[in-house]
Amino acid sequence: MADPMRIRAQLAGDKANVRVLMAHEMESGQRKDSAGKLVPAWYINEVTATLNGKVVMTAEWGPSVSKNPFLQFTIKGAKAGDKVGVSWKDTKGESRADEATVS
Amino acid sequence: MNRQLASALTMAACMVFGFAHAQKTSVQSIEEYRAMLQDGNPAELFEAKGEDLWKQQRGPKKTSLERCDLGKGPGVFKGVFLELPRYFADTNRVQDMESRLLTCMEVLQGFNAAEIAKTPFGKGEQNTITALATWLAGESKDGKFNLPQQHPQEKAFYEVGKRLFFQRAGPHDFSCASCHGQDNTRIRLQDLPNLTKNPGDGIGFAAWPAYRVSNGQMWGMQQRLNDCYRQQRFPYPGFGSDATIALGTYLGVNSKGAASIAPAIKR
Repeated sequence: MADPMRIRAQLAGDKANVRVLMAHEMESGQRKDSAGKLVPAWYINEVTATLNGKVVMTAEWGPSVSKNPFLQFTIKGAKAGDKVGVSWKDTKGESRADEATVS
Repeated sequence: MNRQLASALTMAACMVFGFAHAQKTSVQSIEEYRAMLQDGNPAELFEAKGEDLWKQQRGPKKTSLERCDLGKGPGVFKGVFLELPRYFADTNRVQDMESRLLTCMEVLQGFNAAEIAKTPFGKGEQNTITALATWLAGESKDGKFNLPQQHPQEKAFYEVGKRLFFQRAGPHDFSCASCHGQDNTRIRLQDLPNLTKNPGDGIGFAAWPAYRVSNGQMWGMQQRLNDCYRQQRFPYPGFGSDATIALGTYLGVNSKGAASIAPAIKR
């Protein structure tokens, strides 16, 4: 299974500043290995963020996002104690979901 | 002065000024880029992995590393990073963080240390050692280096490390000191710290393990030193070799009192 994400959700006024680190190879499909063969593409193509279970953001990613990506966004109207969930799905169909509490 | 010459001079002046101006802003934007990177250091992912690996029951003996002695007694992991490399009586050797972890993996978990030492960086159990070293460095973050220098072997390793640092060889007739022996130098946009003395908080020895953004790899001190030798076109010194540990001792003792920022983030 994929390694866990690191999610931090910090309250600033009525907004939560969410910072997410994901552990993923993010192979673009353009690189060649030492034998000259193409390394097959393998990257996160779907990201979803929720606040207390309600979807607040979805993103479609492509092969140009870096390895171990860092994502930052703000959620309006978040309160301390709210649960921020982030999940991703990659091109192999693997997925990962983690949660953090707004503080 | 004719008008043509005057305008040519003005243009030249503009170019000089423009160049100086552009150089300043590119340095500033690199600083800005570095500050931005600080916020989401992927080294945290390796720290989490390392902490998990420390507690996991692994290897042929199916045991965890929680009894591993890193210099402050079995199982103590806070602050050990700041006092390595040091002498260990059980192996009768001066060891750094990574070679000591390898010893623990062999003795406690039953792994084949020689095989892991031969494994290239970034592959197999080498990733385990890097993740563990990253987590352990993080457990001593902001602490100050204070390597022991009481044991004769520790003193000998410092002296050997110093000699290796200044030893010129290879097709380029290079030594570590060729690049790291003067103040305020750089290669392209990389600042080169002067490692013959204490380079200050979070510089040089105090900045590794580090995550390298350009290739997405987590590097420990062993890989850092091995790569320095590669850049000098020296033969590969070997993982956990006495040469790399001696160099680590030299750099670590020089950094006495400097605060560690490891795991750091590099371009």
